[in-house]
Amino acid sequence: MQDKTMASRIFDISNYTFLLLFATATIMPFFYIISSSISSTAGFIPRDLTFEWYGFVFSNSAFLRSLSVSVLVTVAGTLVNLVLTCLMAFPLAKKELVFRKTIMMGVIFTMLFNGGMIPLYFVVRGAGMLDSIWSLILPTAISAFNLIIVKNFFQNLPEELEESAMIDGCKDLGILWRIIIPLSKPVLATFGLFYAVTHWNRYFDAILYINNSAKWPIQVMLRQIIILSEGGDGSDPELASLILHAQNIKMAVIIVATIPILLIYPFLQKHFAKGVLLGSVKG
Amino acid sequence: MKKAPAMLGPLTAAIHKSERARKIVKRPMLYLMLLPGIAYFIVFKYFPMWGLLMAFKNYQPYLGVWKSEWAGFTHFHRFFTEDTFWVLFKNTFLLAVYDIIIFFPLTIVLSLLLNEVVKQRVKNTIQSIIYIPHFLSWVVIVGVFHIFFASDGLVTDMITQASGTKIPFLTSPDWFRPLIVIQVIWKEIGWGTIIFLAALSGVNPQLYEAGRMDGANRWKLLWHITLPSIRSVIVILFILRLGNFLDTGFEQIFLMANALNREVADVFDTYVYRTGLTQGQFSYSAAVGLFKSAVGLILVLGANWTAKKLGEEGLY
Repeated sequence: MQDKTMASRIFDISNYTFLLLFATATIMPFFYIISSSISSTAGFIPRDLTFEWYGFVFSNSAFLRSLSVSVLVTVAGTLVNLVLTCLMAFPLAKKELVFRKTIMMGVIFTMLFNGGMIPLYFVVRGAGMLDSIWSLILPTAISAFNLIIVKNFFQNLPEELEESAMIDGCKDLGILWRIIIPLSKPVLATFGLFYAVTHWNRYFDAILYINNSAKWPIQVMLRQIIILSEGGDGSDPELASLILHAQNIKMAVIIVATIPILLIYPFLQKHFAKGVLLGSVKG
Repeated sequence: MKKAPAMLGPLTAAIHKSERARKIVKRPMLYLMLLPGIAYFIVFKYFPMWGLLMAFKNYQPYLGVWKSEWAGFTHFHRFFTEDTFWVLFKNTFLLAVYDIIIFFPLTIVLSLLLNEVVKQRVKNTIQSIIYIPHFLSWVVIVGVFHIFFASDGLVTDMITQASGTKIPFLTSPDWFRPLIVIQVIWKEIGWGTIIFLAALSGVNPQLYEAGRMDGANRWKLLWHITLPSIRSVIVILFILRLGNFLDTGFEQIFLMANALNREVADVFDTYVYRTGLTQGQFSYSAAVGLFKSAVGLILVLGANWTAKKLGEEGLY
């Protein structure tokens, strides 16, 4: 079906070559880092295979602690996100809801205007959440954008199902739990994954709210080790020893912080095209 | 509804009068479910807006926002008359301009190239690979740059050997913006193609057939069919990008900024963080933050309005 002129063929060949080179270049840095993390020196090809660096990292209590903080924040944070988003999206999807317009406007306005960093810091401090992992979970409990997409999705589910469940004596909470949520599994899985990735990757709120290095999530730890190359205030010898060690430690730390994302990437990929396109459905 | 006990008569009567209240009483659970969400938006979104009041006060920690004395527009006046304002404005503006004249067109070019790939498997593989960096954190992305561009990093070494001079990439003000742009391209260009590819797949194939019948070559098909078909997507994304330019990559800039490149790295948000949370000038930094939020609001609404004027669907 394509025209097969010489020029067209030359274009195809150079296009394929360029795109393949581009894709390779995109992940090349990671080959270097992976290979260096299992070698005794740095390089693109692993040499003198060793797991010494991983052994060191995984026996370092400061690092393990930050890993567990991140896992906790990611799991608890994602659960809070999903529960609160569903609970709020369900009533908002009902056309007959009283004050629906007002609440929606209130939500949309927060996407346009916000109080900014300093006032939010005071709210978090006022709530006594400084140096607590709640400060990494509650201030971002609902994303207005995701809420609206989930609400639109709920709205487009067939109403008849709900009506028949109501006749069978199901109340609102039961309808949400037994009918709406099972029907929305793919959508909720998508949002769950996206929320989880966001939690795992966030660092700035921890810089704002968490002073105690024992409660740092992995990303703050990573910044400390690689970007600042500082061992905190020196009160934690385990933390300081992570910084002092060889370049390869940095490589191992980057890989450990990246692997959870790569593990869920196949699932993400299955869903994200859908998730992105859902965003364009308006209702 | 069940009949209410007699002693509640007047109350129920009042309730019945109000259509709204009756609806609420009929399905209380529906409204209870809303409460946690509403509480969230009030506490973490609207309380901070109210807290912006401190921008007009001289905030004293021991007095609290409400009791601190009024300062009027002193903080705003100070901000606008200081040289810093223009430095921040210039830095933010230049990063946005780089983004719009480099990153944005490259995304379109990459989408068009991917669209020319006929073999679906090759296309899918390339897409899967170039989307990956989007899901990595900025700390990882900037961390990788620190490994390659540090004074003993691989890229620095290679360039030192080739050119004979050692470039301090991470601390040099000249290299700050180029590195930021390269990082953005690496992390987001693949992801950015998704929306264009979706638009490209929506182009009617009959148009291409008709074009081919008329003897158009691939270049002409691209120029006369593909590009005009996705023009509206390009226009709306361009406008929305302009509307968000104050928000350009704070998390990334914060990681790349250091004491040596501050003159080019300082943007509104980094300045708010530094003056507010590290220097404790809360009221002043809240004023800077308010200025940024307000301008951001105007820009987004303006972008939306422009998009609608051009016959596109806006976001709000």
